[in-house]
Amino acid sequence: MLLKKRTFLAGAATVAALTALSTGAALAQDKTKVGFVYVGPINDGGWTQHHHESALKMVEAIGEDKVELVYQENVPEGPDSERAMTQMALQGADIIFSTSFGYMDPTLNVAGKFPDVKFEHATGYKTADNMSAYSARFYEGRAVQGTIAGHMTKSNIIGYIASVPIPEVVRGINSAYLHAKKVNPDVEFKIIWLYTWMDPAKEADAAKTLIDQGADVILQHTDSTAPLAAAKEAGGVIGFGQAGDMAEYGPSPRVSSIIDNWEPYYTSRVEAVMDGTWESHSVWEGIDTGMVGIGEISDVVPEDVKAEALAIKDAIAAGEYHPFTGPINKQDGTPWLAEGEVADDGTLAGMMFYVEGIEGSVPQ
Amino acid sequence: MIYLEKRPQPAKALSYFTPVLAVLITMVAGGLLFAVLGKNPVEAIRTIFWDPVFGEFAFYYRPQLLVKGGPLILIALGLSLGFKAGIWNIGAEGQYIMGAVAGAGVALALYPLEAWWIFPLMIIAGALGGWAWAMIPALLKVKFGTNEILVSLMLVYVAENFLKAMAIGAMKNPEGFGFPGSRNLQQYPSAHNTEVIAGSGMHWGVAAAFIAAIMGYILLNRHMLGFQIRLTGEAPRAARFSGVNPGRLVLFCMGTAGALAGLAGMFEVAGPAGQITTGFNVGYGFTAIIVAFLGRLHPFGIVLAGLLMALTYIGGEAAQSTMQLPAAAIQVFQGMLLFFLLAVDVLTNYRIRITLGEAA
Repeated sequence: MLLKKRTFLAGAATVAALTALSTGAALAQDKTKVGFVYVGPINDGGWTQHHHESALKMVEAIGEDKVELVYQENVPEGPDSERAMTQMALQGADIIFSTSFGYMDPTLNVAGKFPDVKFEHATGYKTADNMSAYSARFYEGRAVQGTIAGHMTKSNIIGYIASVPIPEVVRGINSAYLHAKKVNPDVEFKIIWLYTWMDPAKEADAAKTLIDQGADVILQHTDSTAPLAAAKEAGGVIGFGQAGDMAEYGPSPRVSSIIDNWEPYYTSRVEAVMDGTWESHSVWEGIDTGMVGIGEISDVVPEDVKAEALAIKDAIAAGEYHPFTGPINKQDGTPWLAEGEVADDGTLAGMMFYVEGIEGSVPQ
Repeated sequence: MIYLEKRPQPAKALSYFTPVLAVLITMVAGGLLFAVLGKNPVEAIRTIFWDPVFGEFAFYYRPQLLVKGGPLILIALGLSLGFKAGIWNIGAEGQYIMGAVAGAGVALALYPLEAWWIFPLMIIAGALGGWAWAMIPALLKVKFGTNEILVSLMLVYVAENFLKAMAIGAMKNPEGFGFPGSRNLQQYPSAHNTEVIAGSGMHWGVAAAFIAAIMGYILLNRHMLGFQIRLTGEAPRAARFSGVNPGRLVLFCMGTAGALAGLAGMFEVAGPAGQITTGFNVGYGFTAIIVAFLGRLHPFGIVLAGLLMALTYIGGEAAQSTMQLPAAAIQVFQGMLLFFLLAVDVLTNYRIRITLGEAA
C-alpha cells in the first residue's frame, strides 16, 4: 500500500516537474505572484521592514485580487538565498525582488536558470536580460541633512556613525559634509565605522563616544534607533531618522529623517510584468521619484533653516541642483570637479574617497 | 505515581531509538506550535519533512539536501572525535571561516592562472587553515591548561572579524566597484568546486564528507587511537593507567576537527557560496554541534543526522515561502529537536516505573 502510494507520488512528481520546467512562470495563473527575499526579520525597524512595508503597500495599490505576495525573511546571503529564490521561481513566481547587496551573484545564477521569471536586485551593479538592478540616491537626502546639521551645531562637531565601508556610505558622508561645510565653514566631522548595518548596542556606544567628543549633531547610516536614544539621554544633541521616519523620537532629538520608500518602484515594476512591458534596466532613483523621502522637519529647527533645507530638497527633486557640483577637491587636495561640473554616475557608484576637509581615511 | 529509576547501564538499543523518538515528538509539538499560529499543522509538517524528498520539486531539493548537509556532516564528524574523548571544541565556526579564507586566498592569489593543481592546493590550504586555528586552543590547553571551550568559542569572533577585514580589504574584488566581497570562484574554472556528478548536488565537499564518515568509522573501531579516544571519554582514569597521553589526544582531536571544519569552509567558498563575503559564515559550525549529538557521535549516525538537519532547513524555508510561517517559528522548531533529543535521552539512562497507590 505504502509502496504503491510512493510510486504514484514519484510519478506525479516527475510529470509535474517537467511541466513546471517547460512552462516556467507562464503557468496559467490568475494572480501575478511576487516574491521577496529579505536579509533580516520583517520587523527589524530598519532596512527589511521598509522593504516589506513597501511590498505590502504595493499589493494594496495594485489590488489583492491581482497580486499574490510570497516572501522569506532572515535569508543569509550566499547559497541559501539562491535556494530561496529558486524555490519561489519553481512555485510560479513571476517576479522576484532580492533586497540585499549580498544577493547579487546568487540572483544572477537563478536568473540564468529561469529566463521567464523577472528578477530585481537591490543596490547591486550586475544585470541580465531578466535581472534589473535598482538603488536609491540616498546621498540626495544627505545634502538636506547636512544643511540642517551645519546650521544646528553649536560645537561645530558633527558625529557620523558609518556602517560598512562601501561607496554608498562614503557618498553619504561626503554629501553631508559638503553641505554642512557650505553653511558653516567651521564644521568638523568625526566618523566612526561599525562594519555592520544594524547593531543597537554598538550604535549606542558609537553615539556616546561621539557625544563625549563634543558632537551635538549625530548622523547615522545604521538602521536602529539606538543613536537617537543615546542623543535623547545626553540632552542637547540632535539626530535624524534613518531608513524609517523614527518619528517617535521627535520633535527632538529627531529633527528630520531620510526614509526609504520602495513602494512606487515596486508597484511600477509589478505592473510592468502584468502589462508585459517589463524590461531589464539599472536604475538609481532619488528624491524626484520619491524613493528617497525626507521626513518632516520638526519645529526645533528654526524657520529659515527649514526653508533653506526644503529649498535644496525641491531643487534636487526638480533636477536643478546636484549635490556633487564643483568645485570639489579630493581629500588630498587634488581637484575632482571643476567649477560648475557635476559628478557622473560612474564615479559616484564607485566613490571610495573622501572630499577635501574630512579627516581620517576610508577603511580599505 | 511515575518514577525515574537509574539504569545500571545505559540502554544501548534505546540510544539508537531516542533520536527517532525525538523527531516524532518534535513533529507533534511543532505541529501544535504551527496550529497555534493559525496554520494547518499537517500541511506544515508535510511541507517540512515530506515535500523536499518526495514532493513536486524533489528533483531540485534532493541535491540541495546534500549541499546543505555536506558541510554539517564534515564538521560534525571532526567534532564528534573530541566530544567522545571529552574535548569540547565549540569553535568550529571559526575554523570553518579560516579554512575558507585560506583556501580562497590561494585561489585569489593565483587568479587568473589555470592549472590542475590549484584545486588540490586549495584543499590543503583549507585544511591547514582550519587546523592552525584549532591548534591555538589546543596548544593553550596542553601547555597552560586553559579551557578549550572558552578559547575556541572566542576565536570564532576573531575569525569573523578577520573575514570581514578580508572581504572589504585584501580579498576585495578589484573589479567590484568598491563593494565588499571577493571575486566569484564559480567563474574561475581551476578553483571551482564542481559537482562530481552534474545535477546531483554531490560536490567534492559532499564526497569528502562521506569519505570522512568511513574513515571515522574505521578510526574509532579498528584503530588504537580510536580506542584511546573512546576510553578517555568513558573512563579517563583507566585511560591514563593504560598509557594514553592526554595532551597528544587533545592535539589530535582538536586538529582533526579544525582540519575538517576548514575543509568544509574551503569547499563551501569554492562551490555553493563562491565568494568571500562579510556574511560568508551562516552558522554551520554551531549547527554541527547539534548534528554530532543527534547522530550519537557515531560516524554513520552523523551522516543521517546531517541530512535530517538539512531537511529541516530546506523544508523550513519552503514552509516559510509557501505557507508564510515566520522564520522564528522554524527556528523554534529546530530548537525543539535538540531539546527533545536531550529530554528523551533521560530514557537511556533511567527507566520509567509506574506504580499504583502510595509511594514507598
